[in-house]
Amino acid sequence: MAKVSMTVNGKAASAEVEGRTLLVSFLREELGLTGSHVGCDTSQCGACVVHVDGKAVKSCTMLALEAEGAEVATIEGQAAEDGTLNTIQAAFQEHHGLQCGFCTPGMVMSAAALLKDNPKPSEQEIRTYLEGNLCRCTGYHNIVKSIMAASGQDVSALAAE
Amino acid sequence: MYNFEFEKPSTVADAVAALAGDEAQALGGGQTLIPTMKQRLASPSKLVSLSGIAEMQGVQREGASLTVGGAVSHADVAAQATDYPALAEMAGHIGDPAVRNRGTIGGSLANNDPSADYPAAALASAATVVTNAREIAADDYFQGMFDTALEDGEIITGVKFSVPQAANYQKFVQPASRFALVGVFVAKHADGVRVAVTGASEEGVFRWSEAEAALDADFSADAIAGLTLDPSDMIGDLHGTKEYRAHLVGVMTKRAVAAAA
Repeated sequence: MAKVSMTVNGKAASAEVEGRTLLVSFLREELGLTGSHVGCDTSQCGACVVHVDGKAVKSCTMLALEAEGAEVATIEGQAAEDGTLNTIQAAFQEHHGLQCGFCTPGMVMSAAALLKDNPKPSEQEIRTYLEGNLCRCTGYHNIVKSIMAASGQDVSALAAE
Repeated sequence: MYNFEFEKPSTVADAVAALAGDEAQALGGGQTLIPTMKQRLASPSKLVSLSGIAEMQGVQREGASLTVGGAVSHADVAAQATDYPALAEMAGHIGDPAVRNRGTIGGSLANNDPSADYPAAALASAATVVTNAREIAADDYFQGMFDTALEDGEIITGVKFSVPQAANYQKFVQPASRFALVGVFVAKHADGVRVAVTGASEEGVFRWSEAEAALDADFSADAIAGLTLDPSDMIGDLHGTKEYRAHLVGVMTKRAVAAAA
């Protein structure tokens, strides 16, 4: 066991962990932040995407000890303290960007990473960026629409289904 | 995943020392190693992370070569290798964005997956693999599927690419894994054309010498129109037969030449 310390959603967090403890296990089991989901556990699905020092990573494929000293952002830190959704979350709600919701935390975190680098992505750029985020409800159309809307683009021309 | 001891040194020398024991394994970005350990296909007793070593970071142009630190992520190569656009383009299409933020060039080359992209780029670029102990020419480095010239405990500290006059990488992705079903990196250097093929062969990455000779004489897609590869050495699996892969090598090579020319 070794001590790991990091900042998660702006708050200091530390715990004794094993070498093999994954970042997602640390978040979910030590901190109780169960918004980051373990869908596939093989780094395919992206439901576990969080930001480490501002970069999107699959937290099921990163050791907790590798995040020593890092700034970690999860889905729980996206809304304001009073529960007000951020722009991306609000767009997902407005445009029905989720069905069962299991993939949504990863979708929102990947979308946030995309919009940070590319504030006005095209539909194709969004689809390409989401290559590592799978939705088993196959709700991609409204996810893409939500992200376009969150970036301030007119989505009225996109098909309405 | 079985448990292990974890160390994160801050210098190459400390990493080499930490790897000295039996059953110790270097950890790059972990995008292959961690899934492999989850399946218990690997169970090192110690992991030595290379992510905290400043001297293994950075992308630098030095004359006709571009040196990439061994711990540089695919995302950083995609963003920073502007002096070698074909390399940056290739790095920007490995895996997905989150994987590219963690996976490293050194990890990819040390693993030498037969479907990985970097081996083709390194071989076509006449790259030099720089380790803590020596420099290894790409032609001597790749020794078959998952096999390289690296000794136990040897660390890739950097990779020196010869920047070609023209180059392009074409990848035909396996639709489920997104790994290369066949990938071809064509690079036209002052002293000749190099064609490196990944994903196709049972022996891992290889140079297609007949295509290189034809392209030396005439750097155009038409120059290789009549060439075929022997399918017997190709990988055959449920994603594609040996004959299919042999055919794809020709198609991808032509596309790469057309894009580079």
